[in-house]
Amino acid sequence: MKKFLISLALGLGLLSVGTFALAEDAPAAPAASASAAAPAPATDAAAAEATATPAPVINKGDTTWMMVSTLLVIMMAVPGLALFYGGLVRSKNMLSVLMQVMVTFSLIVVLWFIYGYSIAFTEGGAFFGGFDRVMLKGIWDNAAGTFAPAATFSKGVYIPEIVFAAFQASFAAITCTLIVGSFAERMKFSAVLLFCALWFTFSYAPIAHMVWFWMGPDAYASKEVVDAMNAKGGFLWQMGALDFAGGTVVHINAAVAGLVGAYMVGKRIGYGKEAMAPHSLTLTMVGAALLWVGWFGFNAGSALEANGFAALAFINTFGAAAAAVLAWCIGEALMRGKASMLGAASGAVAGLVAITPACGNVGIGGALIIGFLSGFAGLWGVNGLKKMLGADDTLDVFGVHGVCGILGALLTGVFNSPALGGPGFVADWVTATGIAAADYSIAAQVLVQAKAVGVTVVWSGIVSFIAFKIVDMTIGLRVSEEDEREGLDITSHGETAYNR
Amino acid sequence: MKLVTAIIKPFKLDEVREALSAIGVQGITVTEVKGFGRQKGHTELYRGAEYVVDFLPKVKIEAAIDSALLDRVIEAIEGAARTGKIGDGKVFVYDLEQVVRIRTGETGKDAI
Repeated sequence: MKKFLISLALGLGLLSVGTFALAEDAPAAPAASASAAAPAPATDAAAAEATATPAPVINKGDTTWMMVSTLLVIMMAVPGLALFYGGLVRSKNMLSVLMQVMVTFSLIVVLWFIYGYSIAFTEGGAFFGGFDRVMLKGIWDNAAGTFAPAATFSKGVYIPEIVFAAFQASFAAITCTLIVGSFAERMKFSAVLLFCALWFTFSYAPIAHMVWFWMGPDAYASKEVVDAMNAKGGFLWQMGALDFAGGTVVHINAAVAGLVGAYMVGKRIGYGKEAMAPHSLTLTMVGAALLWVGWFGFNAGSALEANGFAALAFINTFGAAAAAVLAWCIGEALMRGKASMLGAASGAVAGLVAITPACGNVGIGGALIIGFLSGFAGLWGVNGLKKMLGADDTLDVFGVHGVCGILGALLTGVFNSPALGGPGFVADWVTATGIAAADYSIAAQVLVQAKAVGVTVVWSGIVSFIAFKIVDMTIGLRVSEEDEREGLDITSHGETAYNR
Repeated sequence: MKLVTAIIKPFKLDEVREALSAIGVQGITVTEVKGFGRQKGHTELYRGAEYVVDFLPKVKIEAAIDSALLDRVIEAIEGAARTGKIGDGKVFVYDLEQVVRIRTGETGKDAI
């Protein structure tokens, strides 16, 4: 095993150094490089040139905001999620949770640079991108000192593609770390890493591609190219699914994987009989607060610009989280007479999850309502639904991220409507005009949202099942009973968190 | 010589300590323990998981004393530790066979 790991590490190291070194001979004209979520305008159509497409100018303010947003999302994972999850487990497993979060995060970031970004955000098919950006080839030209631009949602406005890739790296990585909450306290460390690598490749990247990949506003230079450009977008993007920051891509995707994992790994020894109370709700609250603050980068950063829609996403994130805290506390107080710290922290997360797909797509009132409803929905998710599902989803990944992700995705279709204070969506990218209020059908949009949710659930469920099976058959999913009783910190990592 | 052990409510520790000093008990050992008698525990609720916690935090005091002091020690502890509510605790008295002061090697009553 040791020899295998050493050769793997050496191999990966040599491969990355070699190919990164070779990959920097990017094409001289940025327009010729196949690229990102939105390539610079194509040069092959004379028609496109005739309509004077704007030259890519990097916007410094937007770039700054995107870099800051990336940092905020990283903070959400380490230490935010790490502490939120860590405080909820028994002290003998604290370090194992911190490790699973931190190392999974790091693994996915590296894989993202190597191939993840390419298969998610380059032109390919409707379900997977291509290999144009493997090893981030062409993302900058070290000889010429030029940096490939990535489009935003405004014509002629660009950020460096490197920044876009980094931002998306943090998303991919945090999504995988979400999953570990479901099977905490009993899963093998190596199994966690292998599963996440597989799931990231076959569920996260394609769903990100399906929901978010499109050719960018500048590709829509004239009416003649609209159909061709639309056809290059991701499967769910073409369907018209609205997901501003990742309700489907991140939360529902991860939640389903977590639930499948909880079923397949099995319940913790002593579940339902022994005391498994959280060992530090103080740390959980610290983690929840870091998540809340960081989420402004997650949501408002998904606007890709520091503009009005980022501001809308910002304030919606704020309102929804606050409303959800209140709702969960009210719900608990009604249910059992006391509002708890764990409830308030969970409420904040529930609201943040629900507003994730909606943040730039709904009005402020809509955000408050979505937040408020998600507080109650999450409370049900971790109580009633959890009992119904019968799985030991240790940290309620499905109860919070699944339930509130689905709720938020559906309500996005409701409150996106101009009649309910929402901004609607862009109906014509050639002129960048929004859909007319009279033409907006809430029912139609909610149906589209539901389809996107359905596709995500089924896709993630199938991929997760297969991935867990593969890991089970090769490495084995679970630690031994003695190791589980003694605690994963000592047995998997040779450390104790609190030196007892 | 006797070893007096008392289980008391944690917030009564200072009062009991002062009462014992007042009658001449020079040293005590204190441990944090948990237990229950007739006093019921409480229920904790973490999201959907309910835990009935039987054990309550208590403090255990141990003092090695001269047998002559026994009645006054028991009276002092009782008086200081009593609140009148359930869970006040108990006093246990053991016969103490030998005591040694490590620093000087003194034994018996000289060591208390």
